Amino acid sequence: MNFEISTGPHIRAKDDAKSIMWWVAFALLFPSATAVYFFGISALILIIFTTLIAVISEVFFQFVSKRPITVPDGSAVVTGLLLALILPSGLPLWIAAIGSFFAIVIAKGLFGGLGFNIFNPALAARAFLVASWPVAMTMWLKPFSAITGPTPLYLSKIGEAVPGYLDLFLGNRGGCLGETSVLAILIGSGILFYKKIIDWPAPVAYIGTVFILSFLLGKDPVFHIMAGGLMLGAFFMATDYVTTPVTTKGRFIFGLGCGIMTVLIRFYGGFPEGVNYSILLMNILTPVIDKYARPRLFGALTRSRVI
Amino acid sequence: MKTFSRGIRVKHNKKKTEEKNLQEAIIPNHVIIPLQQSLGCPCDPIVKVGDEVKEGQKIGDSSKFVFAPVHASISGKVTKIEWQPNACGFDAASITIESSELRAESRENTEHRTQSTEHGSQNLENLTPDDIRKIVKEAGIVGLGGATFPTHVKLSPPKDKKIDTVIVNGCECEPFITIDHRLMLERTEDMIFGAQAVAKAVGASKIIIGVEKNKLNAIEKLKAVISNWKTCPELVEGLEISILDTKYPQGGEKMLIKAILEREVPSGGLPMDVGVIVNNVGTCIAITEAIKLGKPLISRAVTVTGSGIREPKNLYVRIGTTFKDVIDQCGGLTDDAAKIIMGGPMTGLPVSSLDVPVVKGTSCILVLNKKDAKAFSEGDCIRCGRCIKVCPTGLMPNFIADYIKLKDWERVEEYNVKDCIECGCCSYVCPSRIYLVQYFKLGKRELQTRKAVCK
Repeated sequence: MNFEISTGPHIRAKDDAKSIMWWVAFALLFPSATAVYFFGISALILIIFTTLIAVISEVFFQFVSKRPITVPDGSAVVTGLLLALILPSGLPLWIAAIGSFFAIVIAKGLFGGLGFNIFNPALAARAFLVASWPVAMTMWLKPFSAITGPTPLYLSKIGEAVPGYLDLFLGNRGGCLGETSVLAILIGSGILFYKKIIDWPAPVAYIGTVFILSFLLGKDPVFHIMAGGLMLGAFFMATDYVTTPVTTKGRFIFGLGCGIMTVLIRFYGGFPEGVNYSILLMNILTPVIDKYARPRLFGALTRSRVI
Repeated sequence: MKTFSRGIRVKHNKKKTEEKNLQEAIIPNHVIIPLQQSLGCPCDPIVKVGDEVKEGQKIGDSSKFVFAPVHASISGKVTKIEWQPNACGFDAASITIESSELRAESRENTEHRTQSTEHGSQNLENLTPDDIRKIVKEAGIVGLGGATFPTHVKLSPPKDKKIDTVIVNGCECEPFITIDHRLMLERTEDMIFGAQAVAKAVGASKIIIGVEKNKLNAIEKLKAVISNWKTCPELVEGLEISILDTKYPQGGEKMLIKAILEREVPSGGLPMDVGVIVNNVGTCIAITEAIKLGKPLISRAVTVTGSGIREPKNLYVRIGTTFKDVIDQCGGLTDDAAKIIMGGPMTGLPVSSLDVPVVKGTSCILVLNKKDAKAFSEGDCIRCGRCIKVCPTGLMPNFIADYIKLKDWERVEEYNVKDCIECGCCSYVCPSRIYLVQYFKLGKRELQTRKAVCK
């Protein structure tokens, strides 16, 4: 009789990379749904189209580079969805397609695929699109209409009246597709917290830092944590496994750094919003944080102590 | 609830056997006794092919210090002294003993285990620490939790190490295994006697029995026995029960000491560096049998269980009994049995043949069916950090595995691979199913050989 031979442990936890990715994709459906509610059918088309192009790009790249096709692992779907959610409503589809291709092929595939990319693919693609088509990327539609209007953060920057807290919380305001409804983001990320897929250090440090610094600098802290892409960034991008540190300590530092950068860009930089760049900048620092923010070794302190 | 930091919660799977009494297994007609069954030097055979040996007779000995002698576990004739398959995956020098007696039934019941004989000593008063060490060494006792470190070596700490506490490890944190649980219930007094012998040998004043809280009846039994003894204070002096959280690897020596005493064994050090000696429940009972009955370690308790076994059981099995003989007494294998494991599902070794013998380190024979034995294919690390979150030693398994793959041995060492206790928590939680522990075993080995080459 032949028996199976493999090293221990012979039992494994249920969660695997694939199930984790699909749970993230599921969680992203909540902000997607509010996007469709506020921005209409064009938002739905944009979301589906961007995701589809991401999947096609993945197949294309893996076919050309003769790698195994890994679409079922869900990572391309997550990247596509995430990118769609940080695009302005009403963006021409061809620009979204270029962004999606950039995210999958340039920002992820060329670095070695899932697990090896340095930058969050969706954020890298958005930065690329903003640099290439600055006008199209900053045309924001007002909810329930085809009229463009400024985002709350832009209004705040030029000193005009901003939407109330309730509108910010529910998502009734201009902005990227998925960033407007704080409620939907909290529901989506709540599922991921419950499933223990994401943990608290990065989001709490990120949002907390922005809140405290805004308060200290004399701005409205509640407005600043709800406006713009902070919530989406903190819960869905600053918790991305691949591009953020691996330890609890490291993730806290990462969130702290993101918070400081966001505040600097928002209050002292040329842009009204800084979430995108702050997370990308902290992505660069991730290997350094990983190197120094290590857990304490069991028995390390007592090495020289005599008992 | 007392515990250590990190670790994992894993399904216990102990239901099948935790209610079943330990039974004496049928004494086999032939046994294969490897000459090395401890984490020490191998023994040299002191019998020849053709010799008649008696049950309990010493058949392998050594002049080294770190080793444990081996004994004949049945009476019979030595028929072979040669290399034979072993559960560790490679052949081991072994002595085969065959007996012509026919035994269909178990010859004895389990009661003999506590009966006294004229060989033994019924109390510890007449014994000096050296006597105890000598008895333990001659009986070939090793750590029966699975590590198989020779117990007499453990009982001989250097003069400058003051031992104040003996911990009895009754955690049994590995899923499926239930022998320590049963032993604590059925052999409570023997276990305590053994622990007292250990305490006397090392001059410790305190004995703490650590039990995970999923074995409530064992805790009750221990409490009952101790309160029965309240009338003789010398019996219960310094005796304590510590109830621990059910978490893997709570039974790891270092985790156990941390949980019970809040002491941390220094990196690269031993429990005696913090004044502690840890012994498994089964080891304590073996010590008692050696002292009271003069009985060497020729049998041990084994849980036979898993989805591939028809009738799971807890058995006292003679050392050297083949897996086949043991499994046959448990209703045999199911039709879809696919994987045989010696030990628990977290740290156990896979076995390729049923002709390998039960050795001193065999706490469990676990057989998984096809569904449970599904092999995993390894993916790329997605840096989720779960391995770091569960590592009880505070390592960064993902990075160590990467550096081992890159053969960057300096980094491997810098990331403290040597502190890995190989508990398997990291591999268990890894969503990419990376065989992390296997890499670490490889890395440790490589570092060791490189060090040897440098010297």
